[in-house]
Amino acid sequence: MYQLLLCWRYLRTRYIALASIISVTLGVATMIVVNSVMSGFTTEMQNRIHGILSDVVVSGPGLNGFPDPEAHMAKIREVAGDQIEAMTPTVAVPAMLSLNVGGEHRHFPVQLIGVDPATQSQVSDFAKYLQHPENRTGRMSFDLRDEGYDVRDHQAGADGLERPGMAVAGWEWRRRLAEFRAMPPRQEPSETGPFGRSAAALDSEPDPSATVDPFAAAPDRAEPEFDMATRQHTGVVLGIALASHRRSLGDGRYEDQFLVLPGDDVALTFPTSGTPPKMTNDKFTIVDFYESKMSEYDSSFVFVPIDKLQELRGMYDSVTGAAMVSSIQIKLKPGADGDVVRDRLRAVFPPHYYSVSTWRDQQGPLLAAVHMESAILNVLLFLIIAVAGFGILAIFLMIVVEKTRDIGILKSLGASGWGIQRIFLGYGLSLGAVGSGVGMILGLLFVRYINQIADVLGWLTGQPVFDPEIYYFYKIPTIVEFWTVAWIVFGALAIAVLASILPAIRASRLHPVEALRYV
Amino acid sequence: MCDYSRRDAFDSPVPLPIDGAAGPSEARGPTAVACGGPAEAAPRRPVRHPAANQLAAVHLSKTYRKGQATVPVLKGLSLSVRRGEFLAIVGQSGSGKSTLLHLLGTLDAPDGGAVHLDGERIDNLPGWKRDALRNKQFGMIFQMYHLLPELTALENVMAPLMIRQSVWQFLRHRRDHRAAATELLETVGLGHRLKHKPRELSGGEMQRAAIARALVAGPQILLADEPTGNLDRSSGEGILEILGSLNRKRNLTIVMVTHDQAIAERADRVVRLVDGRIEDE
Repeated sequence: MYQLLLCWRYLRTRYIALASIISVTLGVATMIVVNSVMSGFTTEMQNRIHGILSDVVVSGPGLNGFPDPEAHMAKIREVAGDQIEAMTPTVAVPAMLSLNVGGEHRHFPVQLIGVDPATQSQVSDFAKYLQHPENRTGRMSFDLRDEGYDVRDHQAGADGLERPGMAVAGWEWRRRLAEFRAMPPRQEPSETGPFGRSAAALDSEPDPSATVDPFAAAPDRAEPEFDMATRQHTGVVLGIALASHRRSLGDGRYEDQFLVLPGDDVALTFPTSGTPPKMTNDKFTIVDFYESKMSEYDSSFVFVPIDKLQELRGMYDSVTGAAMVSSIQIKLKPGADGDVVRDRLRAVFPPHYYSVSTWRDQQGPLLAAVHMESAILNVLLFLIIAVAGFGILAIFLMIVVEKTRDIGILKSLGASGWGIQRIFLGYGLSLGAVGSGVGMILGLLFVRYINQIADVLGWLTGQPVFDPEIYYFYKIPTIVEFWTVAWIVFGALAIAVLASILPAIRASRLHPVEALRYV
Repeated sequence: MCDYSRRDAFDSPVPLPIDGAAGPSEARGPTAVACGGPAEAAPRRPVRHPAANQLAAVHLSKTYRKGQATVPVLKGLSLSVRRGEFLAIVGQSGSGKSTLLHLLGTLDAPDGGAVHLDGERIDNLPGWKRDALRNKQFGMIFQMYHLLPELTALENVMAPLMIRQSVWQFLRHRRDHRAAATELLETVGLGHRLKHKPRELSGGEMQRAAIARALVAGPQILLADEPTGNLDRSSGEGILEILGSLNRKRNLTIVMVTHDQAIAERADRVVRLVDGRIEDE
């Protein structure tokens, strides 16, 4: 009992000891902030990657993959059907995207992915990242919408970036383009003009100019029966970073400038499935943008309907005529273990022909690097608290000397050595509790208001702390994990108690008579 | 320097020719020489049977050692205190009065000899038993008052009860304890200063609070080390009156050491401590 009373009195009267735990406070606060931001970034990144990739992928060799995805899916279901929620076949090939920006042609290397619009969204967050609300509801289609594309970044909430350019996207934009092109004096190469198509294209449209050099500018002659204002080519979804770039407007505001909009036509050039592969190309109409906020993917992914891509590439089995796919994307049921499914599938699909991997396998090095980074930061920050422990040790030794006579008094009143030890251990614990408690509150407040703090810091220094030009997030993502905070606070408490053990033992070993004589 | 913590090493099985009927009287001679002063070969005069007295010191010796110099303080001192007696021990500064009191109160261990309480040897008990003895059987007051500066007068008085009991026990009985401590403080005339910290009290008041603290655990024996040494005449007189009345009304055994013959005269019996021994009774 006297331990509690004395701890409480010491805590309230010894301000120098409180000074010694400021470093504990700062260490705890810093660790909480760093861990929250790191885990916010990591989780956000993992969610994005996981949203883009499916849980498990069975992929075939090379660009042509394997035939008869239905049979493969039946096999997969037979092996691990209890764990599987949905599957979809995909085709992925490298391709070249050609945009026409104000009469100037720009070409970008891209990853062309053929997806099944009906099932693709069941295995990944594909639809969630699209810009038309109708496409996000699960009725994704590669048909151009009339209007109603988002004019604001829907993933960033109410204060998301505004994209006024998207207001005209859709058929409205396409009609304007057609009108513009139809103007007689301005028959220069326009939105769709310069692009031709190969003779091999299995397009249903009549195409008299197919054999003409695709880059011969002859807009009036190309596709005379194709009325741009009312018809579209096959739909394509572009990664948003391919179609836009972010620009600072100064004073902390940003704008996405679009080079092309839904309604524009683009051309894609990609290899056929023959041997050797030959280049083929076709025109597509942009129907939506894909924004995963992972710039790596947003600047390289281009999605088209899988059947169209198979047709254009001639991906059919030479014997059976079955369509071929590059891979089958598998979505697992909640709680299912991807590694288990992967291992089961590996046992069935021979490794020299198929590769089976989870999304973590595919992004392993990146995730491992992030974990490493976070672990090292934690070690370094924890050392700060450990240094604080030595401060507590020094101050406690001084307090024991100062309190020598009181220790003698307590012993003369019958206090045991262990009882005296507990005073100082309890004092260390309560100092640690105050230090880490205040640190925890500071850290949590900092995390709570981190974006406001970043704004103020940016305003003070004139340099934005968190530049949306660099990061695709508009806000600093933070996640406060209960157990992380608990471990940090527990660690700080443990260090404070450990630092008080030596002084406590010294106090308990004091001889009562000498302690009483101490002046 | 003498290592007090090595007490257990001195438990030698060799018996000494001391008539200690109750309790084992073991020799500390051979090893005591290594640490303390030379053990006396035999008591100077017959010791009364320890069981007949409440508190008895049998042939105590104690030597302080500082570097090469050894200072023998007690040289085979024997003393017995009867129940309800008010005994004063008079001696000059440095004569070993305080050391004797510390040995009697088990705050320190003798190099040779034994201390008996109610016929039981107490100087060689394990630490936790001696802690309990100090807490329950002995009340101690000191020249320097020795109040805890962080606690109020009331809390200082309750400190022995806090030490004795666990948090829950204490909290369960805190009303009784508070009442008992308040009553004691009123007895010593400090009823109006319960909430004052020691630094807000005068010397006499501090010593009265210390007496209340020594009494709160209901001890059998009060050990007083120069209780009036730091006080002016009138304050000292007040303290002595309190001690005297405690002795008369509560039949409390009091052992007081002082260098002042006049103060010693207030006791029932006065002994002189000269050259590490009791001179006369």
